[in-house]
Amino acid sequence: MESDKITQLYFSDVNMPITYDRRKFLKKLGFGIIIVFSIGKLSLLQGWGQNDNEEIADFNAFLRVKEDGRVDCYTGKVEMGQGIITSLAQAIAEELEVPISSVDMIMGDTDLCPYDAGTWGSLTTRFTDPVLRAAAAEAREILIDLAAEQLGVPDTMLEVVDGVVFVKNELSKKITYAELTKGKKIVQSLKKKPEIKKSKDFEIVGKPIISIDAEAKVTGKAKYSADIKLPNMVYATMVRPNVYGSKKILVDSSGLSVFEGAELLEEGDLVAVVHADPEIANKAAKKVKVTWEEPAAKADNETIFQYLDDHIQESKVFEEGGSLDKGRASSMKIFEANYYDGYKAHAPIETHSATCYFKEGVLIMWVSSQTPFGTREELSKALDMPLEKVHIKQIFIGGGFGGKVYNQQAVEAAKIAKLCGKPVQLVWSRSEEFMYDRFRPAALIKTASGVDNNGKLTLWEFDIYCAGTRGTKLFYNIPNNRTRMFNKDDIHPLGTGAWRAPGNNTTTFARESHIDATAHAVGIDALEFRLNNLKNENMIATLKLAAETFGWDSEKAKGHGYGIALGEDAGTSVAIIAEVYVDKNTGEVEPIRVVCAQDMGQVVNLHGAKLQAEGGITMGLGYALYEEIVFDGGMVKSRRFNSYEITRFSKTPKIECVFIDKMDSKPQGGGEPAIICVGGAIANAVFDACGARVNRMPITPNRILEVLKKG
Amino acid sequence: MKKSISFKLNGKPISVDVTGGEFLITVIRTNLDQTGTKYGCGIGDCGACTILIDKEPVRSCMIFVEDVAGKEIITIEGLVTNGFLHPIQKAFVAHDALQCGFCTSGMIMNAYGLLLQNPELTREEIISGMDENLCRCGSYNRIIDAIQTAATEMNEKM
Ligand code: FES
Ligand code: FES
Repeated sequence: MESDKITQLYFSDVNMPITYDRRKFLKKLGFGIIIVFSIGKLSLLQGWGQNDNEEIADFNAFLRVKEDGRVDCYTGKVEMGQGIITSLAQAIAEELEVPISSVDMIMGDTDLCPYDAGTWGSLTTRFTDPVLRAAAAEAREILIDLAAEQLGVPDTMLEVVDGVVFVKNELSKKITYAELTKGKKIVQSLKKKPEIKKSKDFEIVGKPIISIDAEAKVTGKAKYSADIKLPNMVYATMVRPNVYGSKKILVDSSGLSVFEGAELLEEGDLVAVVHADPEIANKAAKKVKVTWEEPAAKADNETIFQYLDDHIQESKVFEEGGSLDKGRASSMKIFEANYYDGYKAHAPIETHSATCYFKEGVLIMWVSSQTPFGTREELSKALDMPLEKVHIKQIFIGGGFGGKVYNQQAVEAAKIAKLCGKPVQLVWSRSEEFMYDRFRPAALIKTASGVDNNGKLTLWEFDIYCAGTRGTKLFYNIPNNRTRMFNKDDIHPLGTGAWRAPGNNTTTFARESHIDATAHAVGIDALEFRLNNLKNENMIATLKLAAETFGWDSEKAKGHGYGIALGEDAGTSVAIIAEVYVDKNTGEVEPIRVVCAQDMGQVVNLHGAKLQAEGGITMGLGYALYEEIVFDGGMVKSRRFNSYEITRFSKTPKIECVFIDKMDSKPQGGGEPAIICVGGAIANAVFDACGARVNRMPITPNRILEVLKKG
Repeated sequence: MKKSISFKLNGKPISVDVTGGEFLITVIRTNLDQTGTKYGCGIGDCGACTILIDKEPVRSCMIFVEDVAGKEIITIEGLVTNGFLHPIQKAFVAHDALQCGFCTSGMIMNAYGLLLQNPELTREEIISGMDENLCRCGSYNRIIDAIQTAATEMNEKM
């Protein structure tokens, strides 16, 4: 083995600046071949390579070929339905030439897995996957080098099948990964870009594959945070105010005395009741009377847009080109419109939950968190404990969508466990989930567009209030443009945060609605107008693929309409075309069909990519057509599923997902992009079907009827 | 005062000591440690807690434990026989009719109940029979396909 090819770091002579906890971490590992690597800035930019020593100290993922020939992959990412437990294992199996059943994924355990910033933003496939694959390929190289030594042949003579290294044309000469690893402990950092397989050599990658965790989930064996039961555990119920942001004044717990064994716990604004029986804890908590000081109401779900407009003056220019004055002067027609979107809940079926206990000063917790390491940090701060005294364990997550980046329930559970000195389980009720969710913010977007005589866009003004700029970089060719972002801290009366592809759902709805309205006003077909004004080749190809698959020119049934929306998210180009039927008398919208084309680079797991896109589109129909938090100040009125409608079986259209095949390019994000185009495509299809241009999501029957009535 | 309630759970006779007024979901999950049945809302809106009582799909968060005395309950844990997945479970796996898996137990149990009542459900009947079960991950179309596949297999066996 050449030393510049592989840096071997035996534990005895570690002279790298490995931080205390990393070094300790590596020590804990048993024998095997271990490749450590970092999914850091470098890999974020390039997708490959860990070039300096500092990076070694900072590795945040690793894989290990164990003495039994099996492969463990440790990553701080978590599985919450996005399928990475399968797609990552698949990539490793491919590169290491082992069956996928030999790969064990250890995810999100803060003691076993190296630090990771969290599972969000469709980052996993985009950035983790290529690095993991490189690491697996490097482990294979080490194993082949070892085999070459042992079998006494050059490594070019060797090939691997299912974890066994053979001498080519002499199949009796072989050695297994298990034999090669036996008694060895080789730790190496991923050094340079190893040879990654080309698509023609792929055996597993790109093939549909069934999720490896499916069986545990269909048998009820898969464990989620609320499924852990500890000896002597008590169940906690929080006593909550009616209004978000209330401060505790006075607690009257006299009603508790009838519940034997119920214990009241208080710290700051936290008030909770625990009991060994969860039902008693629930009943008892209802008898605790707390006087709360409620914050003054800022706005309700109707006045919020005016409120945002009135209270946010400060803005930042995000993108600018040409001159707006020139744009206005050269436009034959100018169109202005505002677009609105209400607060949306994440509404995962699993509510926020946590089960925890203290053992010898260490807090051990199973928690429905998208960011186990972030939660560890939050807990360490809230309880004033050193980081290494908090241990988050691996567990399945019942859907996150951005809402489980925030883990107030973890802090609540830990504080309660500390106060009562017993293991605690805290599972938020659905009503709490709706109150303490961090909603996708309500937003307002002011737009102006201009077109010249040739149907070319000449002007674009886009002022975004509270939806952020993700995905708003113009992919239309508009010489005179300006995109500004308006925002202000603490402006919202409710908790807000990231929601599956934050903001981009809202801004894509606004942009694509406005593009459509502009095309319609100058009498040009929505597809033709877009193709005529797009600058980005990927987007043009994606749109064409969608239009072909959908059959844009096909004849429409009576009352039906077609709508297009384009968007960009996490490096992926998306084009969605939707067909809806609108009942003009009731305003009821029936989604009939959705075609989604995506250019997401290399599709690592076609099946998983389809699942994710279908899921995103199905969820997206909810925000487009039904979902809106009704509130008055901090009082959330939508507190259950019958007052916060999400997509159901009967509202799910036929969905078809197609991908532009780019097997030799880097994979891009797949968990979020599809969802961003749903609102725009539905709005445009509704307009096409019945002539109602509804500028506010959700596009409800009432809003459609209102527009129709105005004519 | 505690009283004893007896019923059959996944084929086995069971007795639990309860005060009365406990919801069945709590007894199943907490007292009997069968955590495959999930809590999604506690008020009958989502279907994650669906189980079978005397072959009828029922929301265990809406039933008091006293009301199942002498009855036969089947939960997701009771579907596997001799280590083999039930055709509905197999079909859910084959169609990848799940993502996060949190709604899955309830979906499977509700589908099982529907198929026991009518083994020849049409697509429309499946949709209306399943419509009160929610899946935030958006697996609906795959779940419908899975139920159709399972129905075919179950009918062939009969
Ligand atoms: S938990 Fe029973 S219906 Fe939702
Ligand atoms: S699979 Fe996640 S809620 Fe249905």
